[in-house]
Amino acid sequence: MADESWWFRFPQMNEDSLRALERAFDDGYADFSGAYGAGIENFFNPLLQFLIWFDDLFTGAPWWLIIALLAGFAWFASRSWKLVAGVTAAFLAIGYFGMWQHAMSTMSMITVCTVLAVLIGLPVGVLMARSDRAQAIITPVLDVMQTMPSFVYLIPIVMLLGIGRVPGLIAVVVYAIPPVIRLTNLGIRLVDREVLEAADSFGANYWQRLFGVQIPLALPNILAGINQTIMMALAMVVIASMIGVQGLGQPVLRAVTNQYFALGLFNGLAIVALAIAFDRMTQAYGRRLQRYRQIAND
Amino acid sequence: MAAACSATGRLPMTDAVKIAVRNLYKIFGPHPARYLDLVRQGVGKQELMAKYDHVLALNDINLDVPANRIFVVMGLSGSGKSVLVRHFNRIVEPTDGRVEIDGRDVMALDENELRALRRTRISMVFQRVALMPHRTALENVAYGLSIRGLPQHEARSHAADWMRRVDMSGYEDYFPAQLSGGMQQRIGIARALATEAEILLMDEPFSALDPLIRTEMQDMLLRLQAELKRTVVFITHDLDEALRLGERIAILRDGEIVQHGDPQSIVIAPSNDFVGEFVKDIDRGKVITVGSIMSPPNGARPKAKLADTTLLEDALVTFAEDGARAARVVNAAGKGVGYVELADVVQAMKAPVAA
Repeated sequence: MADESWWFRFPQMNEDSLRALERAFDDGYADFSGAYGAGIENFFNPLLQFLIWFDDLFTGAPWWLIIALLAGFAWFASRSWKLVAGVTAAFLAIGYFGMWQHAMSTMSMITVCTVLAVLIGLPVGVLMARSDRAQAIITPVLDVMQTMPSFVYLIPIVMLLGIGRVPGLIAVVVYAIPPVIRLTNLGIRLVDREVLEAADSFGANYWQRLFGVQIPLALPNILAGINQTIMMALAMVVIASMIGVQGLGQPVLRAVTNQYFALGLFNGLAIVALAIAFDRMTQAYGRRLQRYRQIAND
Repeated sequence: MAAACSATGRLPMTDAVKIAVRNLYKIFGPHPARYLDLVRQGVGKQELMAKYDHVLALNDINLDVPANRIFVVMGLSGSGKSVLVRHFNRIVEPTDGRVEIDGRDVMALDENELRALRRTRISMVFQRVALMPHRTALENVAYGLSIRGLPQHEARSHAADWMRRVDMSGYEDYFPAQLSGGMQQRIGIARALATEAEILLMDEPFSALDPLIRTEMQDMLLRLQAELKRTVVFITHDLDEALRLGERIAILRDGEIVQHGDPQSIVIAPSNDFVGEFVKDIDRGKVITVGSIMSPPNGARPKAKLADTTLLEDALVTFAEDGARAARVVNAAGKGVGYVELADVVQAMKAPVAA
């Protein structure tokens, strides 16, 4: 009956061949990273310098200045004293409980990641909205990026670039970029066709259409995407601390490995506070951008 | 009788032609060119849809749009009227045929020439207004000018001037969502007029408005047109509106022109049952003038006198007041051009004449 065992056991490929295949894959990639790793690292060196400089800027700035800037941004975004008070209180608490430096590192990292994600994601989203073929190709790539367990793509990045800020940055951006791309695409596709036709009928060229009509009208959606990207970047920063990213993830990682419950909880809550603060600020800003849609009842 | 044009839509020689449409075909579907010959051989809209799953939107359209007049394209929804005017500024590309503006083939323009045409010579008003929701009323009116690259302050002062002319001064900083439908369409019209384009395409601009506002808007358009004398192509599905605004009317059905002429000729002599059905309920006394039903001068010299542009309705009033039964018809110069009897007027007002 041994011949019919395939009926119950999946007729998988030969164990040795499988191992050989995996080894070939690993060796190939190891050769690649051995040959080009240094070059790629050099390529990213300016980025690393920028990250370090930006980190120093945040951690070195006086705490009251940072809080004042954040409160100012909260006011600008929402015109709500409640939000300003909440943001101020959250950051005062983070400082008071001794997590200021880590929180600033995380904030600098999030800022760079978000800016990078928007700089890359926005044009990609525009491209997707413009061509159905681009959409058909990019969508599955985004699906992979979002569902692949993040630990899995940490491996090749670390193999290639080692441990540090740049590989961490790449990992975070890869993980966090899909929402900006998706919502830029969606937002532009949802722009009223008649309004676009009007722009065409007045002789708008491609860029006047894009920057004068499509992006402004898609902005609420794009902002929702940026909001999601920030949230995902915050989540990923903890995981990326495993490969040497500075910030609140470091103490969390230490707490996990040493079973320091309080340390983990405090730093975890600090991440939550950051997330909520940034979420509320970007959402409030998004709503303020849409004021023109509301019908005035005065 | 006033000149009734044939269904081919050529104009009498007296009018300058602004837009000439020649043998225009538009087929929607994945392979329009493949079915063009079938359509030319006489395959109709229904058959093309049923057998080949393609939509015949325009079928051999020939049309002359006179300069400086309001030209109405009338038809029910799906008749192809919106598609037709979108060929004039090439928002829609034809499957075959030509559209000439001042003798120049629009289809032969390259990208830059086409953009220049849209920026300076043709502008458009939309049924759903299609204002930019994120721009204020003033910025919307200035849109065409800013697209053209006019300096900001110039565009704005020009736009403010046009807002005044559509009676919207004071609403400069409102967003479209804060304005009523009628007000939005005033902004839409100001936006189209502000580019000073010679040709104004209006795609059912008043159809979404309630009747009172609609009449108000029609009055405004007529007032502006009396002064501006643009070439207006006005689309509507409403015959009353067509008769009120149109100096010439083309009636479109299933992508074909079924009748074309001045308003009176359409009311007096509908070319087929379809048009007849349309004009059946029209208040003919408000459309037909004495000039189009009079008989030639016959030597009789009744006391009563009517201008040839008098509407039948008003002629009845004159007859009643003077107690006359017949009248001499005179033209604008006061020269006698015809003769009309009370009975003719009554007859013309009641009986639709089937062609």
